[in-house]
Amino acid sequence: MSMHTSDQSQHTVAQGNVASAQAVAQTSKGTPRTGKRVINRQKEKTPMAEQNPATRTGNFREVGLGYTLEQARHEASRCLQCKNAPCVGGCPVGVNIPRFLKLLAEGSPIDAYLSVKETNALPAICGRVCPQETQCEGVCRRGRAGEPVAIGRLERFVADWGAAHRAQVVARRKELAQSDTRADEVTDSICEGNTDTLHSRNACRDLSSCRVALVGSGPASLTCAGELARAGVQATVFEALHTAGGVLSYGIPEFRLPKDLVAREISYIKDQGVTFEFNAVVGKLYDVDELLGSMGFDAIFIGTGAGVPRYLGIPGEGLNGVSVANELLERVNLMKAYRFPDYATPVYAGSHCVVVGGGNVAMDAARTARRLGSDVTVVYRRGREEMPARDEEIRHAEQEGITFDLLNNPTRAIDDGNGWISELECIRMELGEPDASGRRRPQPIAGSEHRMPCDMLISAIGSRINPLVPQTVAGLEVTDRGAIVADEQTGATSVPGVYAGGDDVSGAATVILAMGAGKRSAHAIIDYLSRG
Amino acid sequence: MYPIKDVVDLNDEVVRMVVEAPAISKKVKPGQFIMLRIDEQGERIPLTVNDANPEQGTITLVFQKVGATTRQMGMMTAGQSIRDVAGPLGKPTDFSGAHHVCVIGGGLGTAIAYPQAKWLHDHHIPVDVITGFRTEDLIILADEVSQVCDTSIVMTDDGSNGHKGLVTAALQERIDAGAAYDLVVAVGPLIMMKFVAKTTAPYHIKTLVSMNPLMIDGTGMCGGCRVRVGDHYLHACIDGPDFDGHQVDFDEAMRRSTQYRSFERQAEDHRCRLLDQLETVGEGR
Repeated sequence: MSMHTSDQSQHTVAQGNVASAQAVAQTSKGTPRTGKRVINRQKEKTPMAEQNPATRTGNFREVGLGYTLEQARHEASRCLQCKNAPCVGGCPVGVNIPRFLKLLAEGSPIDAYLSVKETNALPAICGRVCPQETQCEGVCRRGRAGEPVAIGRLERFVADWGAAHRAQVVARRKELAQSDTRADEVTDSICEGNTDTLHSRNACRDLSSCRVALVGSGPASLTCAGELARAGVQATVFEALHTAGGVLSYGIPEFRLPKDLVAREISYIKDQGVTFEFNAVVGKLYDVDELLGSMGFDAIFIGTGAGVPRYLGIPGEGLNGVSVANELLERVNLMKAYRFPDYATPVYAGSHCVVVGGGNVAMDAARTARRLGSDVTVVYRRGREEMPARDEEIRHAEQEGITFDLLNNPTRAIDDGNGWISELECIRMELGEPDASGRRRPQPIAGSEHRMPCDMLISAIGSRINPLVPQTVAGLEVTDRGAIVADEQTGATSVPGVYAGGDDVSGAATVILAMGAGKRSAHAIIDYLSRG
Repeated sequence: MYPIKDVVDLNDEVVRMVVEAPAISKKVKPGQFIMLRIDEQGERIPLTVNDANPEQGTITLVFQKVGATTRQMGMMTAGQSIRDVAGPLGKPTDFSGAHHVCVIGGGLGTAIAYPQAKWLHDHHIPVDVITGFRTEDLIILADEVSQVCDTSIVMTDDGSNGHKGLVTAALQERIDAGAAYDLVVAVGPLIMMKFVAKTTAPYHIKTLVSMNPLMIDGTGMCGGCRVRVGDHYLHACIDGPDFDGHQVDFDEAMRRSTQYRSFERQAEDHRCRLLDQLETVGEGR
């Protein structure tokens, strides 16, 4: 047994190992494709090892440690290989999940990796930060009686495996290109139901003289650029900051998404021929008109996200020690302030840190503050059920000793007499009738004001769309809240040749939805370019 | 990489640095700033652009050696490079409708007042410049400024240049003497800008102040640079850096500007130790 964690599923895991061992035996007998598959009937997901909470709150290293090959094959063999594959429909970029799980279960992690890469440019990232529970895993047949297949963990596994075995990946890719039997089989099945990819390939010879500018280097642009490059288009990404990745670099913490891994995924996109220009603030340094005019780009994709913070709007918000999650996260993630003073950017998280909000950003901020040594309380105006954060993030935060003070809402930040916050006044809330979002509306309970110690208040109550780029594009239609108006299927905006996708269209959402939008836009841009 | 072309000490504290940044040099307008990062370990700091030369593809930065980064920059020389320079950021100063302008620079602020006066002068808008320094030895850019304005007044706190007093006193004197300013632009320490705004308020003269708060990304995301203007918060990086001086909450801005002061000392000590170590190693060779 190589399980790292004790878990109630130890017994079934052991049984499952026998099953996967049988599968190995079959493949080694030379019947890799046609042999009867043995399905691992284990009801629970194979546990993935994690750094224990006491250790990990003292470092910024990744919490999840990943599967071993043995664990991964074992878990992959839980897949039923459903003919209609609901999981694929649940994936915003349409990864052929049964296919890669089958290859993995059969002991071909390199092929599994290549299979995933066909549809997903950033699998190591998606495997870690996608809300699989509401997507692929949410519709997995195995979830009807027990837990779904751990698709996210397996995607992460194959991505990490591929990265750790680059030479094999390169060799295998070459081999596949030379169309041996197995290669045809792999590519054929990959291309089934994925005509977009085929289309891109056919068109690519004509597109090599086309140039597309992508604004921002977050998940939407990266995906779009990768797809365009695969179709032969010259893609140039303009990034305002000094590093690529957008929210993957400045927002999501190291302990959830290591930055060297983000850099690695982006390096693969660079390998495809995508070029990056940093410190390039579109809207200031270059205008969109200029990109389409004198700079000679044929189309533009705007993926600038929703990075502008919202404020609580309570008295005392101007005190020292009051900030927003983005500031803390940028200091720590983008500027590596957790390594101060080796890195010059300092960070302060107080000794009693209160994070306001119930989303993933709130969890990221809380867990970051915890690692900086603060006692952290999350204050959220609704209940646990209504928290938008992923269950896994909430569970991790709880394990790390973060206190949740729910149905509670800040009303005033209190001055210590020297202009710093010393206490936070809050009011208890109760849930009333459901609001437009379908969640029960929180209402204050009169007279329930109370105070809690707080020398750092961090709000994580959502973000707005950054107006910097949209406001500089003549004729670009935006909504009342500043979102770019774009066709849901194509990302086409009111300006011909200008496409947009991700949070700057949808408002704050997820990495994978942005990737899906980037991908759809890439195909629409290819169509647009093909039409000449 | 952004190569440094020239470095000149304007006085013991203030340095003028010319940096190659062709694209920025073509776009930057008065009042706009850049964010720079010296090296991979560096912090991002905002610096308002003093001048630009699109033909040579350079921008000029003038900075005071006050923090860890600016002190390190003060030791850099022509031939070295700055890792990252992003810009031009912020909105250009809005001179629209101005017919007679007074530009006020306090200390280092003079370096930023200069391009504003220059722009106005180039556009044939009458402009007076009042600058203030602690003492005569700290006066910077006096010749440059005098060439781009109608009247240049240089004040010193200690009167060592023969003009004792604060910039606000000089401004009041000009107003009393009948100068019909319809715009005052103030760039300098928060306390100076606060009192410039107080001076102009009774006369309802539109007064723009250039805010320079803490900033991480400079593109609207971190919220560190929020300034209370009237009833709401605005971001110096994308809504500013110029704001209506009669609406800015200077007291809050002054308090917030001190938030990370203790860390600055720590960072500086650390960098000094590293440099000492490097020098020791160098001597060893």
